[in-house]
Amino acid sequence: MEIDPFIFRLSIFILSIFIGYYVVWSVTPSLHTPLMSVTNAISSVIIVGAIIAALAGNSGNIFDTANIFGFLAIILAAVNIFGGFLVTQRMLAMYKKKKKDK
Amino acid sequence: MSANLLAIFYLISGILFILALRGLSSPETSRKGNLFGIIGMAIAIGVTFLSVGNFSTGFLYVLGFLLIGGTTGAFIAYKIPMTAMPELVAGFHSLVGLAAVFVAISAFLNPEVFNLGSLGNIKIASLIEMSLGASIGAITFTGSIIAFLKLKGIMSGSPITFGGQHYLNLALGLILLGLIFYLCKTQVDTWFWTIILISFLVGVLLIIPIGGADMPVVISMLNSYSGWAAAGIGFTLENSALIITGALVGSSGAILSYIMCKGMNRSFFNVILGGFGGTDQSSSEKGKEQKPVKNGNADDAAFLMKNASSVIIVPGYGMAVAQAQHALREMVDALKKNGVKVTYAIHPVAGRMPGHMNVLLAEANVPYDEVFELEEINNDFATCDVAYVIGANDVTNPAAKSDPQSPIYGMPILDVEKSKSVLFVKRSLSPGYAGIDNDLFYKDNTLMLFADAKKMTEDIIKGL
Repeated sequence: MEIDPFIFRLSIFILSIFIGYYVVWSVTPSLHTPLMSVTNAISSVIIVGAIIAALAGNSGNIFDTANIFGFLAIILAAVNIFGGFLVTQRMLAMYKKKKKDK
Repeated sequence: MSANLLAIFYLISGILFILALRGLSSPETSRKGNLFGIIGMAIAIGVTFLSVGNFSTGFLYVLGFLLIGGTTGAFIAYKIPMTAMPELVAGFHSLVGLAAVFVAISAFLNPEVFNLGSLGNIKIASLIEMSLGASIGAITFTGSIIAFLKLKGIMSGSPITFGGQHYLNLALGLILLGLIFYLCKTQVDTWFWTIILISFLVGVLLIIPIGGADMPVVISMLNSYSGWAAAGIGFTLENSALIITGALVGSSGAILSYIMCKGMNRSFFNVILGGFGGTDQSSSEKGKEQKPVKNGNADDAAFLMKNASSVIIVPGYGMAVAQAQHALREMVDALKKNGVKVTYAIHPVAGRMPGHMNVLLAEANVPYDEVFELEEINNDFATCDVAYVIGANDVTNPAAKSDPQSPIYGMPILDVEKSKSVLFVKRSLSPGYAGIDNDLFYKDNTLMLFADAKKMTEDIIKGL
């Protein structure tokens, strides 16, 4: 008897929820805003699907309806990826420790 | 590139994303964590290009659109003021949601590309996954738009409620499930479009009854939804990077919602069902007669703080609105020169999103090791000379401990009233977002400073 690949993906999914649970509890509360912006950025890895959709079977017509939705999704996800990571970086750069001297 | 190799690369990006979140456990490691996240994303995008292996005109278009979106995103990231961070995050959530909807639509229209069967004959499991992904994505999209409008002040923060609201939502939810069932049975595309449209409507209906003060929960919840939407699409596309990320983001948002609810001592369902805040609470009506308050000015405040040995600053949303964080830091610097020990106390739900105050203080160059969370600092109020409450209100209200009738009864509060004297910067005596009077205003050791938070703080600096 063979195991459906879906079960493998479900296992990855459930184990990742557990990883997420423990990792996020260890995030210090003062970094909760950067946590939200960085999770925003990484969830835009959905762009992978958008790229495949945009480039799908475009032998003749690049702007098939399915492709157009792919292109639109690329724009949205790209805003998020660049915006999300950069704004997180900008925030994290501001967190400084007390200066030792003085 | 073989499918197996591709899957391994996606797994690597998934792991890098985990490390990105892990880095946030302390500010020192966080910057490296963010870098891991960026590398993970670059790997995922890079190998996807290689796997499609189609470097035709279409590829140039992809790069072009990527660049347009990327530049827009980068521009926003550099321009946005730190006080507008809640709106920004809500806006970004809406984009993830809509992107999920679009990817689901193109997978539905062109299933061969994703190995999901053919149009009109899509695998049942894939149909369920993509309609769930599209539906949650659509709810995230419109829900985040409403949250964005409320946070930006374009839409009033007060809850919009009407009779039978919850039954309507419940009915729509059941209809959605029914439609997904019919879609699987008949493969008719009309059902798919109807699912998306109804989900757009549900997103709006879900967020409009929730009041402004509950926004930290809403933002966290939408964060969670965007993760589940991504995971749904990840199952459709059989992409482990997307499944891992979706699960991480989903649980991250859920934990943040939990922490925020706990910070308000309310159940998640209580927040979601909404209607809290902005409305007149009957229990606040009875004590409305004018009680005497002690009114102070900047010089009194400067005198009190200069002669104190320890001061605790309690910032709240009002500080963000007045952009007072820089003036506040200058005031603290002046106090420190006078030998006063100054620390900051942050309530979990201060501001409009988790960690909102911490970011603003960091922006004003306040070292993060002077900023403390509620449990860490609450005992210190008893021994501190002055508590300087700037733009916070409900999170200091002693009624949460003493008055079982109060709508915020049981909410953990900062024990500001225990300090020797309290300086309360506020524009007027009006109640906070929860719509309740704060007994702290009328205590003998409280000095009210009626002014804009920034202006008052600047005036105090002059007096130091």
